[in-house]
Amino acid sequence: MRWAQSLRAVTGAAVLNTILSTGALQAQTQRPVIVASKPFGESYVLAEMFAQLLESRGFTVDRRRGLGATEIAFGALRSGAVDVYPEYTGTGLVAILHDTLPDSVLADPRAVFAHVSARFSSLYQTRWLPPLGFQNTYAIAVSRATANRYHLRTLSDLARESAHLSAGFTADFIGRSDGLVGLARVYGIRPRVVRPLAPAVKYQALASGAVDVIDGYSTDGLLARYDLLTLVDDKHFFPPYEAAAIVSARLEREEPRAIATLILLSGRLDELTMRRLNKRVEVDREDIATVARSELTALGLVGAGPATHAVTESRQSGFWGYMWERRATIGALTARHLLLVAVALLAAVMVAVPLGLGLERTRRIAEPTIGALGVLETIPSIALLAFMIPLLGVGVIPALVALWLYALYPIARGTYTGVRDADPDAVSAAEALGTTARQRLLWVRLPLAAPVIMAGIRTAAVITVGAATLAAFIGAGGLGEPIVAGLALADTRMILSGALPAALLALAVDGVLALIERLLAPAHRRTKLWRRPIRVDNRQITSPSDV
Amino acid sequence: MSASLSARNVVHRFGNVVALDGVSLDVAAGQATAIVGESGSGKTTLLRCFNRLVEPDAGEILVDNRDVRLQHPVDLRRSIGYVQQHGGLLPHWRVLRNVELVPVLRGMDDANAAAARALDLVGLPAADFGSRFPHELSGGQRQRVALARSIAARPGVILLDEPFGALDAISRADLQGSFTELRKELGLTTLLVTHDLAEAGRLADQIVVMRRGKVEQHGPMQALVQTPATSYVAQLIEKARAGLEPLLA
Repeated sequence: MRWAQSLRAVTGAAVLNTILSTGALQAQTQRPVIVASKPFGESYVLAEMFAQLLESRGFTVDRRRGLGATEIAFGALRSGAVDVYPEYTGTGLVAILHDTLPDSVLADPRAVFAHVSARFSSLYQTRWLPPLGFQNTYAIAVSRATANRYHLRTLSDLARESAHLSAGFTADFIGRSDGLVGLARVYGIRPRVVRPLAPAVKYQALASGAVDVIDGYSTDGLLARYDLLTLVDDKHFFPPYEAAAIVSARLEREEPRAIATLILLSGRLDELTMRRLNKRVEVDREDIATVARSELTALGLVGAGPATHAVTESRQSGFWGYMWERRATIGALTARHLLLVAVALLAAVMVAVPLGLGLERTRRIAEPTIGALGVLETIPSIALLAFMIPLLGVGVIPALVALWLYALYPIARGTYTGVRDADPDAVSAAEALGTTARQRLLWVRLPLAAPVIMAGIRTAAVITVGAATLAAFIGAGGLGEPIVAGLALADTRMILSGALPAALLALAVDGVLALIERLLAPAHRRTKLWRRPIRVDNRQITSPSDV
Repeated sequence: MSASLSARNVVHRFGNVVALDGVSLDVAAGQATAIVGESGSGKTTLLRCFNRLVEPDAGEILVDNRDVRLQHPVDLRRSIGYVQQHGGLLPHWRVLRNVELVPVLRGMDDANAAAARALDLVGLPAADFGSRFPHELSGGQRQRVALARSIAARPGVILLDEPFGALDAISRADLQGSFTELRKELGLTTLLVTHDLAEAGRLADQIVVMRRGKVEQHGPMQALVQTPATSYVAQLIEKARAGLEPLLA
């Protein structure tokens, strides 16, 4: 159900939207408010609360969940592609502003908030709404057993024992000056081993004893699930990470009433509440929309609606049961995924095939040009998607452009090589007998190059199906949505509910193109799928004496 | 129908390499001339001047006493037959369609019939061979189809570049016989490139020996054998003879 909602939300192209949303669109009299989140559980919950609160006051809402990371989410907000998302003052300070503040200011969350919100409004014309009421700071966590054994309560205690302990930290925490680097400087924490770990596996690594110390967030639901102890930051090293809604200049200008609505949440969520909500989502696997609605109701911000029948997944039903329950959603996501791939691939064919043909006639620049397209392939997808945001915002359009760019190289390469190497004897004979360059292209080179061109297109198609899962990071939807959300929530079933259909889709697309390839193969290499009528007309054959 | 061929003081360079160094040549209408020489002698370059696949740097090329530059290359090529060493049949077209190519290019109404007639002339009746793909034929049959393709539109002139060079000895002898008959029957003016002096003697009335972009000698086979103009021609004849004698002894 929630995927169907986000399906409706996530779009830049009205046409695609209409095709896919199967009547779910409401009559819209005003521009929808675009609510986004970053790809982790708490951000999903807060964004959903913003969205439902706005909807309860009559606003239409578009949800863009799981936007890449801070750069992508904030980039989208700044460009006006997104109206509001939950952010943290410490992140704004360190990751966006890159400001350093004196310790006396850092120790005071209110002073940090004042600094950050003033700087954002002058630099970026974006506004921080009053804080929601809780902090989600970095938390250095150990198991209760480790804490007891080494008598750990504070980070200073940890520094004393760190030479005996192994750590598993997220990669960015290891490198950041407000992460391990700073901890080493301020506390002298130097673990025996530091392993870079993905957020989703950190907790399992600690639980299984593979590492002794991990970084986490103070409101993490998983801290409760694994019964971990967070160590006290006794030297106030970490800046305060106060959660707040950050809104675009555009929303403030056009919809002051929406701002007033969002402010209703300010100061209403304390740390215990947030940890409890995160636990319901991350540990108990409750539906995000349900959790958000029940909390809004409990806060008296939303009337107890009818649609709160528990969507808690039947965990007993097993993986296939889970997939079956979500079949409609998965089908819709697959259709959208396929549409993204088809549009990007078609556009790439329309550009790269003529390009390859043109390069064959100007071979001097062929290799440099194709080489340049090849360089595009080496840009990590996330980076390419991030580059798109300042130019094209978030949603379907930048995703299509990125996928299109990735598909160009294999198709252009296949076309160029195929046409260049097509049976040189046949081409030269055709020339010597008086065919024009165009006739040689259409009658000889293209038909003979068809298998190589199709190989390029098939490669591009499979790449595109894979890359399109990343489109979810910039809010374009598709099968990447459950993958991104599943990664954020450490929910393997959810990841698989996107990854498995994506893999099957790649196979299916390749299979269909293989069939097309067979039909386009030069006649002499075609397997006997169909037969051309033989063009011998015996009545016209006359005796040699007639010649 | 047939036309004469002439080259007058033709010069052509590929970069710094002089491929043709003032070459002159005449082929009377309906006659056959073979250009003989080793690789790099310029023989193929000279042949390709006649249908403007090569544009000489200097000198003139005449077909039927008309400078070839007065005709659009595409039109010129459609009026001249051409066979190359590896046939160059379009592998994805069936035999009949391959042979129809030039008649279709020239917009002939009876392209299909013209192609069928040409196939009959080379001994591959369209009813049996027309619907095959080139890869379903033997090497000799493929060269026959290439020959049929080059004569289907009834050109007055045919250019052949090592047409039988890639065939086994038996197919080669067969095809040489068929070609000679065909040429005489159709009165084709023929210019042929070969590295094989014996083949030249069998197929042509006149022989031109080329070396390093120049003509060493031009005359009938008998004249070459009796009075070789240069030591190179004498060597060439000696080698051809030496190849046969041990077998005849």
